[in-house]
Amino acid sequence: MGTDTFFSTSSASAHMISENSRLLYLQLLRIRTFEDRVGELFLQGGSAGTMLHLSIGEEAPAVGVAEAMEPKDSFTTHHRGHGIFLARGADPKRMLAEIAGKEAGYCRGKGGSMHIADRKLGHLGANAIVGGGIPHVVGAGLSYQLLKVPAVSVAFFGDGAMQQGNLYESMNLAALWKLPVLFVCINNQYGMGTRLDQASASLEFVKRAESFGLVGKEVSGIDVEEVKKEAMEILALAREGKPAFMKIDCYRFHGHARKDKSPYRDQNEEEEGRKKDPLKYQADRLLEQGVSVSEMDSWHKKVADEMDEALNFALETQEPVLNSMFEDVYAPNLTHPESVGSRIDRALYSDILLGDSR
Amino acid sequence: MKEMTYRDALRLGLQESMQSDPTIVILGEEVGRYGGAYGVTKGLLHEFGEDWVRDTPISEEILVGAAVGAAMTGLRPVAELMYVDFITLAMDQLVNQAAKIRYMFGGQISVPMMLRSQGGTGRSAAAQHSQSLEAWVMHTPGLHLAMPADATDAYVLIKHALTLADPVIFLEHKGLYAQSFPFNPESAPPWGRAKISRSGNDCSIICYSRMVQRSLEAAAQLAELGVRVEVVDLRTLHPLDMETVTKSVRKTGRVLVVTEDCLTAGVSAELSARITEENFEYLEEPVLRMAGEDIPIPVAPALEAASVPTNESIKQSILKLMRKK
Repeated sequence: MGTDTFFSTSSASAHMISENSRLLYLQLLRIRTFEDRVGELFLQGGSAGTMLHLSIGEEAPAVGVAEAMEPKDSFTTHHRGHGIFLARGADPKRMLAEIAGKEAGYCRGKGGSMHIADRKLGHLGANAIVGGGIPHVVGAGLSYQLLKVPAVSVAFFGDGAMQQGNLYESMNLAALWKLPVLFVCINNQYGMGTRLDQASASLEFVKRAESFGLVGKEVSGIDVEEVKKEAMEILALAREGKPAFMKIDCYRFHGHARKDKSPYRDQNEEEEGRKKDPLKYQADRLLEQGVSVSEMDSWHKKVADEMDEALNFALETQEPVLNSMFEDVYAPNLTHPESVGSRIDRALYSDILLGDSR
Repeated sequence: MKEMTYRDALRLGLQESMQSDPTIVILGEEVGRYGGAYGVTKGLLHEFGEDWVRDTPISEEILVGAAVGAAMTGLRPVAELMYVDFITLAMDQLVNQAAKIRYMFGGQISVPMMLRSQGGTGRSAAAQHSQSLEAWVMHTPGLHLAMPADATDAYVLIKHALTLADPVIFLEHKGLYAQSFPFNPESAPPWGRAKISRSGNDCSIICYSRMVQRSLEAAAQLAELGVRVEVVDLRTLHPLDMETVTKSVRKTGRVLVVTEDCLTAGVSAELSARITEENFEYLEEPVLRMAGEDIPIPVAPALEAASVPTNESIKQSILKLMRKK
């Protein structure tokens, strides 16, 4: 597992506190803290289900790429996409409310953790089918090309999707049509419980992308500043119609989903993996730049307060009303589906003609 | 009255829609230079240019998936699957993505796309190029499903479908493309309404797509035997116009559902169940079903022809329903 680039380090050169460094650190910290509160929501019995895929350890790929994107850019994510959405500007209150299955959530409590989206922020949807959202950025790229919108669409997915056929259909079409598209593989080394080298005969993913005519790049996911710098370069190419692929290596600190204790990984591997901590890496850089420990503590306190408030909101806000389940199946001007109970009643007790179901 | 082929009516509907809506883009295998495997898109590349009439690689999943993404971001794509049998390769994008995006995302994002394809028997194209798979589509909430039986409906339904904010699956019949029909768009009912293709008081045939034609031919022969058959053409399976069906059923009390898709768990099963539930006390006989046999479609012409309802088999079933045999 891992690659040479993953272990490489670059020392901070400036002895002054860079605003960029500080903002990137705060974003990493917000994601780490948010994911912690997702776990808390689950423990308090407030989450809708247990399919909660945390991105702890994978914050730098999310923040680095998200911070390099422009406001008009759109994206899709995989099922482990909380961090990416937060980094693109999501409101943690509405996110946690959605994860709790509440009406005030981004998707009115119908999508949850694995299907969160927000049109305004360009989030075309998290997807629970591995690779399922990748073709959509190709379509979005086609829209931007034909409608002359200066935007890029970015697909975020895990190493598991590198073995899905639709990725390669997508790469081929993006390259063939020169679409403004970026494919980002966040390689956390595991597809659920299967280690990457047990799922893929070749780990040379950049070569795969290059063979389709894409620009390819491999980056370590420990240093958020490095990820951002590389992402800016590659996004500039994608924006000019040179679709690209980025592989960003990291380590999934915890199990596949909230309840998975990852018995398929040995302890040494986990300890080593968790040393590659992008949050600690950026914290060390800031300390080196001269940020005081007390100042850092104050940031932590602020972020903790923000996420506590979001958690409380998610726990307290109201459940969706039952009838809302029939809404949003079709466009709002059309008739909602009839309930099963209503059909039974109609069959037994009434002689009413069913109106047309437009 | 003016006549037009089913194929030309489809093309005219597409062409006029593209002229009035500059966001419509056609994507598909052989839709451009080749003009479509059955000639429906012939000439559109010349009129609208290769940006808007795009040949794709033989990659059904991305062809449909890109249409989904384009529909989410401002275009109105018309993705063409050359044969409905190939829908298996795009099923995730259709069933898990296109059909569910509005719902999963709480109504924020629409997917105004069309998936055009064609199915059915009649060309000895065998098991992988002759199926009728509309039941799979009908079984997926979130999709609209149109299946025109003649040129007028091919034209009016495709034009209306290209104004909807949801994904529409538009299934044509390969056996109808070359046929000419009277063309009278003003006479067509609105989207979502069934049509009484022939009036009668003795029994009702509920059908759609090519089975309308076969039912009408059977009905004409039956009229000579004194049996007055009403033929209801559903036109769209979603929305499903049970009001028109129910009126006919309550008038005649005898029903034969005729579909080309295979019998078990097919569209005929759903129609039969609904008709029975909603009209139990009006029925003189059990609701009968004529459908494709529960077999893969064989290549031998005689076997293929016998694997789906024919004029003759429909006629025989109606005679049984009327207790005349």
